[in-house]
Parts: sequence; C-alpha cells; structure tokens
Amino acid sequence: MSTRLAKGGARIDRSKPVTFSFNGKSLKGFEGDTLASALLANDQMMMGRSFKYHRPRGVVASGAEEPNALMNMGEGSKFEPNQRATTTELFEGLKAGSQNHWPSLEFDVGVVNNALARFLPAGFYYKTFLFPRFAWKHIYEPIVRQSAGLGRAPDKETRDADTYEHFYFFADIVVIGGGLAGLQAAKTAALSGAKVLLMEQDPHWGGRASVDGGELDGAPVADYIAALVAELEGMENVTLRTRMMGAGVYDHGYLLGYERLRDHAPKVAGPRHRLWRIRAGQIITATGAIERPLSFAGNDIPGVMLAGALRDYIADYGVSAGDRVVVVTNNDDAYKTALAVKAVGLDVPVIIDARAAGGGAIADEARAQGIRIENGKAIAKVTGGKRVKSVKICAQAGEGGVLEEIACDAVAMSGGWSPVVHLWSHCGGKLVWDEEHAMFRPDETRPPLGASGEGFVVPAGAANGVMDMGVGLADADHAGRKAVEALGLTPVDVSLPMFDQAAEAPLEPVWMMPQGAGPKLRMKAWLDYQNDVKVSDVQLAAREGYESVEHTKRYTTLGMATDQGKLSNINGLAVLSESLGQAIPDTGTTTFRPPYTPISMGAIGGEARGEVFQPLRRTPMHAWHEAHNATFEPVGQWRRPYAYPRGEESVHEAVNREILATRASLGLLDASTLGKLIVKGPDAGKFLDMLYTNMMSSLKPGKCRYGLMCSENGFLSDDGVVVRLDEETFLCHTTTGGAERIHGHMEEWLQTEWWDWQVYVTNATEQWAQIGVVGPNSRKVLEKLGGVDVSKEALGFMEYTSGKLGGFDARIFRISFAGELSYEIAVPASQGAALWDALFEAGAEYDATPYGTEAMHVMRAEKGFIMIGDETDGTIIPQDLGLHWAISKKKEDFLGKRAQEREFMANPERWQLVGLETVDGSVIPDGAYAVSEGTNANGQRNVEGRVTSTYYSPTLGKGIAMGLLHKGPDRMGETVEFPGTDGKSYSAKVVSAVFYDPEGEKQNV
Amino acid sequence: MLILECPYCGVKGEETEFHGGGEAHLKRFGPGSSDADFETYLFMRENPKGVHLERWRHVNGCGKWFHVARCTMTLEVFGSYSAQTLEPPKEIKDILSAKRPGWSWRNFS
Amino acid sequence: MSEARSALPNAKFDGIAHVEDAGLRGMISFRGDLSASKVKAALKAVSGVEMPSQRGCNVTGESGLAWMSPDEILVMVPHAEAAAAVEKLSKALKGQHFMAENVSDARAVFTVAGKHAREVIGKLAPVDMGTFQTGEIRRTRIAQVAAAFWMHGPDAFTVVCFRSGAQYMFDVLSVAAQSGSEVGVY
Repeated sequence: MSTRLAKGGARIDRSKPVTFSFNGKSLKGFEGDTLASALLANDQMMMGRSFKYHRPRGVVASGAEEPNALMNMGEGSKFEPNQRATTTELFEGLKAGSQNHWPSLEFDVGVVNNALARFLPAGFYYKTFLFPRFAWKHIYEPIVRQSAGLGRAPDKETRDADTYEHFYFFADIVVIGGGLAGLQAAKTAALSGAKVLLMEQDPHWGGRASVDGGELDGAPVADYIAALVAELEGMENVTLRTRMMGAGVYDHGYLLGYERLRDHAPKVAGPRHRLWRIRAGQIITATGAIERPLSFAGNDIPGVMLAGALRDYIADYGVSAGDRVVVVTNNDDAYKTALAVKAVGLDVPVIIDARAAGGGAIADEARAQGIRIENGKAIAKVTGGKRVKSVKICAQAGEGGVLEEIACDAVAMSGGWSPVVHLWSHCGGKLVWDEEHAMFRPDETRPPLGASGEGFVVPAGAANGVMDMGVGLADADHAGRKAVEALGLTPVDVSLPMFDQAAEAPLEPVWMMPQGAGPKLRMKAWLDYQNDVKVSDVQLAAREGYESVEHTKRYTTLGMATDQGKLSNINGLAVLSESLGQAIPDTGTTTFRPPYTPISMGAIGGEARGEVFQPLRRTPMHAWHEAHNATFEPVGQWRRPYAYPRGEESVHEAVNREILATRASLGLLDASTLGKLIVKGPDAGKFLDMLYTNMMSSLKPGKCRYGLMCSENGFLSDDGVVVRLDEETFLCHTTTGGAERIHGHMEEWLQTEWWDWQVYVTNATEQWAQIGVVGPNSRKVLEKLGGVDVSKEALGFMEYTSGKLGGFDARIFRISFAGELSYEIAVPASQGAALWDALFEAGAEYDATPYGTEAMHVMRAEKGFIMIGDETDGTIIPQDLGLHWAISKKKEDFLGKRAQEREFMANPERWQLVGLETVDGSVIPDGAYAVSEGTNANGQRNVEGRVTSTYYSPTLGKGIAMGLLHKGPDRMGETVEFPGTDGKSYSAKVVSAVFYDPEGEKQNV
Repeated sequence: MLILECPYCGVKGEETEFHGGGEAHLKRFGPGSSDADFETYLFMRENPKGVHLERWRHVNGCGKWFHVARCTMTLEVFGSYSAQTLEPPKEIKDILSAKRPGWSWRNFS
Repeated sequence: MSEARSALPNAKFDGIAHVEDAGLRGMISFRGDLSASKVKAALKAVSGVEMPSQRGCNVTGESGLAWMSPDEILVMVPHAEAAAAVEKLSKALKGQHFMAENVSDARAVFTVAGKHAREVIGKLAPVDMGTFQTGEIRRTRIAQVAAAFWMHGPDAFTVVCFRSGAQYMFDVLSVAAQSGSEVGVY
C-alpha cells in the first residue's frame, strides 16, 4: 500500500494537518502536500480512469507532466475540471473528485471499452463512423460523447466567481525555472548588472536538486539552494516569483508567465491568476527534464510510476508508493530510487536493468545494500487491476518468455530523461538528437531569432541536456554569461561550487520491453496514458502508411491530450521510427506549441469580463436614456437608444409613436455619436475636394453641404454634412461608426501622400453633445430657449450659426435627416445633459418626444435618404444609388474617381436604387432578393435585385422599402417578386425612393 | 508579437500599439492613368519571403504613419523610417545590404 | 450657462490604489510647427510652462503642456479658461498655419494614486512602469482603449481618455486596483 512514512518530507509541515475530501470522502494531509501526495498518503493510488478504455489509472509523475491524476476541483462557481493532482497544493477544505467514470471510480460501466479494446484501434473514429450519414449526429456523437472525455464541463448556470488580471513586465533577462540551474544562471546574470526576473512554476525553489542529495561545496544541496535564493532576494535588480510558469515564448522576446495566486488559498481576496505579459531581452530556459516511461505490458496499472517521481514523494512528502518496489530501468539514475526506498526501510525485491552490462558505481552501491539486480532483463508483464500485484520478468533481448514472477505493489520505471525543450522550441528554436543520451536537446547554433535577428533564448542545465549536477551548474553559469553578453553587458566571473559526480554507466535506449514483444504485449504497453495510445496503435499507423510524425500524431491522437505528450512523445516517435526503419532524428518531433501546460481561460481574458468585457461608449445623455427605459442598439462600441418604450408598449409600437410625434410636433434625437472632424488650413478646401466626391472648396462659410466619400476603389465609404465654419476651417460630419475610421483615413492621406499640404485634422467628435431638434415645432422650442436667431430669414436650410442658445454655447446647423423642419444643436459635452433637459422642459407644451435610432432610420427611409451600411456594403458606388448629383464633374481628381471610370463601374447592367411598395401593404423581409425567370448554373433561382432597407412606415400606414434592382430606374410601376424565407412571396411595385414629401416642402419652412 | 520603434515619438512599443498598413512606397495613379497602372497601384502587392518594406501607424500612440523594413521570414526588424519619403533612406539600405547582401524589393536594392 | 459636468462626477474607488474622477480640465489640441519661436512663445503664454521635449510633459496644477507628437501639443488650462486660451492662441498666431481646438469636453480625466499606482497602470498598459518617471507623458492603450498618462506626483498618475469611455476607464482601473491584487515589484 502507499502510505505516509514516519519521518521525512522536506516540503510538508507535519505540525499543520489539513482536511480535504476526495470523491466525498474526508481525508487528512499536511500543509505543503500536493493533492497527489496527500492521496498517496491515504493509500489512494488509483486516481482516475482512462480516456478511451476507462482503465484504472494511478498517479505516474510528481509534477506538471502528470497524465493520469486529473481531478474535478471545487464546486459551483469555483468548479474546474482536469486539474492535475500533482501540481495542486493542498489547502483546508479542498474538494476533489476523480473523472471519467460512472457510477464510481471503483466500479465503472465504461470499462467495457477495455474488453472491446481490440475493436477500438488507432483511427477507429475514422474507420468506423463513416456511414450511414444520419448516424453521425444521432448515434455516433452521443455515444462518443458519453464514453469519452475527461472532466465534466462546468454547469451552464454558473459563472466563474474569481477575477483575473494581466501584468506587463519588462526585464533584461528572464530565467524560466527556479531549479539549481535557473538560480545559478540568474545569479550570474544579476551580478553582471542585468535586470532579472526568475520564475518557478512550483511553490518551492531548487527543483529536484535536493531530492537526489549530494553535496555542493561540502554542504547539502538544500543549503546551497537556500543561500542562492537569499542572495538573489537581496538584490535590487532581481524579481523572484514562485507559482509562476513560463507558459509560452513568442516573437521578439514576448513571454507569457502564468502566476497562480490563489489556487492554494482560495479564500484570500484578490485575483486568482495573473498572466504576466513579459518582454525579455534574453530568455534563459532552465526548465529541467522529464523522465520517460518504459513501454512494457501493464505499464499503466496503478502503482507503476516514474522512478524519479517515486523518490520525489519519499523525499519531499514523506510518502511511499508501496512496500515492495520493483525498479526497472535502462540507466543509472533509477538506482537512486532503489536506494531511497531502501533508506526508508522498505523493500526493493529486484532492480531490473535492461542493459546487459548493467549499471556503474551506483549499481555496486545498491548491491552492497543487499538489493538483487538483474541485468539484461525486462518486465514481460505487470499483473494487477486496480493495483500492481506482481511483475513477470523476462530477458530484454527476447520475446517475453517469463522467467520469474515477483510480487510487489509498486514499480519504479525509468527510460531515461528528456530535456524540457518546449519553451526553447515555441518560437522556432531547433533541436538536435543526442545519440549518447537518447534525447533531443536544444541546438544552440539555431536558436529562435528576435527583433535584432540574433538569438534570444539560451537553454541551461538539464533543459540543455546536461543531466550531471556539477556540469549543469557550469552550463547554467555559461547560459547566464551568454545572455548577458547578448545584451551588450560584461559578464562577471562567478565562482562555482565543487561537486563530486560519480561516473555513470551509459544509458541504453529501450523503446520496447522486451525488445521482441509480440502483439499481445504491445497491445498492453501504453505510450500515451491520457489519450490511451499504445505501442500497437503507433505501429498500426505506420503499417497503414502514416510516415509523418505530425500525421501519426493526429491519426493515433498520440500527444494530443492536455499533457501534450510530455511523457509519450519521444517514446512514440521512437516506436514510429523503428516501424518505419529510420533513425529518430529523421522522423523528427511534432511542433511544440504554447502553453507549456494548460492555463485558465480566465487568465487569458484578464480583466476583460462582465461590465468591462469590451469598452462601451456612452454619450453625455446616456444616464437620461437609461432612466427613460431606452432599449439600446450597439453602433460600433457606442450604445445608442433604439427606442424608448413606455409602459406596456412594445418596441415596435414605441418606434411608430416616436415617428408620428416627431412628424406631428417635436422629436428629440441624441445625435452626439455623429463623427465631427475639424479640418483646418490653407489647403483644407483642396484636401476635402480630394476626399469628397463633391466640390467642397466652393462652399461658403456658414453653409452646409451633404457629401460623399469613396475609397480609392470607387466604393462609397462614408457620408455626412460638411460645414464651412470659416475660410480655413471645415467641420466634417461622419457616420457614427465612421468617425475614427475617417479621421484615420484623412491622416493617412495627409501623412503619406500629400504631406506638403498645409492641413491639420482633429477628431472633435466627443467635444460636442449634439441633439437633433426635429419637427414642425422645432423652431418654436429653440426660440423659447432664446438667444441665437433661428428664424427662417436668419438661418436658412443648410445653414450654420453659433452663439448662446438659452445660455448654452451652441453651434446650430439647420439640416434635416427626417425631412421635417429641423436643427442639430451642438454644445460642449459637459453641457449636453443640461441642454437635453432644457429642451424637454421648453418642449413640454409641444409634447417633445425622444426618439431612437429606429425611428431615425424609418424617417430617413420615408425620405429616400441612404444609410451607409444599409444601402452600401463596400461594393456600391454613388452612381448605383442615383447620387450622380453629388459627384463633381468639374474636379480633375478625387479619391475613387479613377476607379469609377472602369468599365464595370460604368456598366448600365449594375443594380440601381429604387423605392419598393408592397402591393398588400405588408413589409418585405430584410435581405430578401428579387427573383427573375430561370435558374443559374447551381440550380438556384436567378436574382435581379435585393432589398437594402425595409420598414413599416407609420406615416404612410404601409410597408416601404429601398432596394437595388437591375435597371431599376427604368422599371417604375413594374411589380417585382421577393420570396421570403417564410414560404410567402412578396409582390412590390417599383416606385421612387422618396415616399414622403417629395418636394421637400416640410423641411424648407 | 513584434516590437516596433516609432521614428516620430521614439517609443519602442509592442504590436498592440500599432496598426499595420500594408506595403510601403506605393505610387498613386489617378484619373488619366492606364487600366494596367491603376490595377497595379490598387491591387498588385509584393509578397516577399525576406526583406519587406511596409507601413505602420502608431495608432495607440502619437498617431503617425511610418515605414518599417522587416524580414518576413525571421521577423527581424531592420529599422523604421519616415513616411514622408518615396524610398528607403540610405541608412536603411545600408543595413539591408549588410544584413541581407543582394537584397532587392521592387525597384530598390 | 448651466453647470458643466464631467462624465463621472466624483467617482471614486479605493483598493491597492485610489482611483478618482479628476473633474473637468481645460484641454486644447494644438497642431503646428513646434520649433517656431512664435509658437513656443504663444504656448508658454497660455500655459505658463516651457515647451516640453519629445514625450515630455510640463504640468503645474491644472496648467501645462504635454508633447503628443512632432506637430501636436496638448495645452492644459483650467476648464473655464479653455475657450479664452484658444482665442489667445489664435490671436497670437494669426496668419500662421496652426490648429487650436478646444477638446476639454472630449476627455475624461482620472487620477490613480498610492503606493501601488504604478502596478495598477502596469496591469493595463503595455508600458514599462519600472522606468516611467515624472516629466514623461505616454500615449498608449489602457486595456482596450487609447489613453495617455503622466505622473503628477510621486506614485500619482493622471490618466486621460475619451469622455465616452469614462465609465469603462474607471471600471478597468478599479478592477486593476482591487484589494489583494498587489504585484509587489515596484
């Protein structure tokens, strides 16, 4: 059984017990435990079931690479699935549950898949679920969803209760990994004067260095680490962070650090995770190495663990994985596990060393401890179901003939170590195959390149393939120096500690155990625990013609689980290489992609959630709109009132009421969002002549003119009223959505094409609150406010004046978008709400009615005015809309003129704008197409036009629409068919687009 | 994510402060130009593997447009320069010649 | 004239820093030849301070000048004096090519102050707050909107954005300043 030892455990505090629960069972651990170590201490070796076959699975590793021990964590709004027990710190009240089983971890119905395993080979999804097609959605998908998958999704009703944030940070050198190498590299860099950030994903410094013991400068390794940390903490130019993982390395030294602030202390106020968005001059990856499993039958049975992990649990947490631990290895390192087990008084019945020549000095040490060693042997099979019972031993060179069965309750395996090259590789660092150690390590001659074209990542220590502690320290110092030099600083000499390294016998690559294992054994030898991929699956893929490792990965799902194949990739591609009869470097690796381990969606989103998910723009009158029950419409980031329903009124009824009230008496529109660009300078007129299709330089001061803007491609891009404020100054109104875009457009042409023209542009949109005062009584209400003369004589249609209006600093434009007598009043935004109130007060006797964007749209459509975005879609030229009158014939040039001369633009076959009036008064559905006779090559009805705006007009009491129609203006009076998606067809008569007051008598009074 | 230096305000900022504006040094063709010239001006763009000259705007910053010489393969930035020029300045050309001997881009080399 | 209102009068938040609406400020967007001595003199006359250098910011109380781009200066005066300042500039530079637009009401201004104020800004703007100093102005983005900021005292920042985004700015600054969110690096 696995249990807590009487003594030991460098990371736990035995004086501080912690209560937690697993699958509803209350258990005890200690402060400093991980969830995995605490579960092991409670003899809970089995921690979950596998993805595909629902096989019982136990913890394999002790860190971020853990594939099996994934938990549902927390409850309700704090629930999160797929949390690795090995990196989850224990806290009081922690609630965890195992995943992927029903009804319970111990008894699971889905395990039937295990019996069917031979019918579920690699690629079975592709092979099995082809036909019949209807079954995809109704049979296969529900079955696959039911039986596959790991943790459950959070309940739909719950919302993550935590907060998250980003943090921008800049450092000369960032060291990722706070093991011995990282600390040493940081020291060299910091003493040389660089600003250093050192991050460690665990809560502890030193990594695995102290687990394996030994002495540096004659003192325990742990003491050396403590001194190093203290020294770094004392330096001004060093920032140290634990619980922060280097998640991804990106272009130009961009690096994401994922800091887990509250996972271990969920009750403390503050953000749960912080995503550091770091810009580093140089990055040192001191990310260590990960041990590889060995591929033998039954290597996934709970109790089979990585040798290093097994001794981590002993050293760090005082937890033994079993009483009788069999060690199986192809290298010397795993012998340390045997010695560690022995040292705490437990039994190691045998060390199975696949190497015929066996181990080096450490093997002698083990023998001296009385441990039996079998060289050239292998595990033929592990027996057991929910727990290891025994191992059957065979010759490594053979096919698995069992020589002996040895009872045990844990197996410590080691297939060698792979450097964690992920962060080196994220941004393009290349790897080289190290034959001697059978591993890929960073190729320092081909690092990822930064903004200067030079490398910006330096690997250090085990991450650089240097597994020896003494040499690793020197390598880390070298990495620190290299990074310092790359920054143009001078590295200082740092004295390195003495370390006595015992000579090791070389590792021998073992990719299959035993070497000649037959199909039956290979079918039970797991490569990828998390996605249930076996040696036989990869071999099958190779037989079926998959040669590229990237294809094999996707076909077998090897390395595609949430652990991204941290344990399985090298073993998998070795098996593939062997099957293909090629060398491992010829097969190559799959692409390493960020993040290193999964990071929370919350951290990615940072502060952008809830109210501040995106910026909302509000006008100075926004609070009034909210208080008056406005329904809002998004227009870009603005929120504009769509309508103001009263009482039981529907939105549609409100729109109709607002229109009728405006046409009958007085309506008020918050038009503050309209873009207002000030264009000033001796060349302002010339500049606007280039930007607008109309002639603007001829506009007289105090006059307004409606203008159109086109792109260089000739298409309509924006429209609005231009006002000449004085000889040198124009005010250009743009659409609400166009203000920033057109401002940018103007700056672009001024800065990049006509930079010698004397023109300045300022976006004054938000300086002004603008109110449309619309309707037959609009003049009366302004006169009631008093001040500026707004009489017909003083201020004619399309004229502008300014002055005090009821005490406000007002600009008054007599322009009309509704076809009524109307004014737009602009006052400084700080006075906007007050003017809005004053207008309602003065307008009370005229039933002053606020109206929203929908009433505005209907009224402009009644007048046949176009709307950018409705009548235009980026492919419409002014000529399509009958706006020839707004295109100057006198000007030699304007943006879009050359484009409009192209043959296709001048083609009389282009669809053109007309008005449409339904025969029965109904409203044509939005987006409906007009159909003509016959079908096209795809068998679809031919079309000859489409609706661009369609509304119910309360003024006229019927449906009206505008649309683009083939030869439209020539077809007045004709009836056109618009089939709807509702099965009905709408017949509409082609009419003039000006439905209301075609003579313009109402606006001109 | 790139780092670019705005030659106008001197800020060395991350890409989120900037907005890419496509190819640099386009020559405008207006009314009276041939269809071929107009098409080239409007639609034909370089898509080099290697040295590229492009426009950026410091949109979340000083608002100025500028030019950047950059490698599309390695993302190396050779330098940024004024938008008020018809060709890359000598300093930029010298850097390109030193770092990418034999470079050429449209009619520049 | 009726009472002029800032977008979020008296808005306040207290967390690891104090966030507060700074009320209305007089601001004039000035475009012109910043090297011309007449321009320098006119700007000094309305603001009382010397022309700042590239990305510089000279502010005393509510008045000052901030460098926005090679041809743009933000002129700051008390809110009630902005219109008069525009007049004064226009008179002084008559006949020259320049632009002076009163943009006072197009802006919202907040202060972020306290020991962790740098960190609050550093959570939202892609700027190295470790080296930011008094006398600098930085135009950048804060979360998802364009903004500018400078220091008006030790550990005290003035943040300017568009008025329509005032609520958003106040909210994101408040989120960044939430209790328990100290980073502890400055």
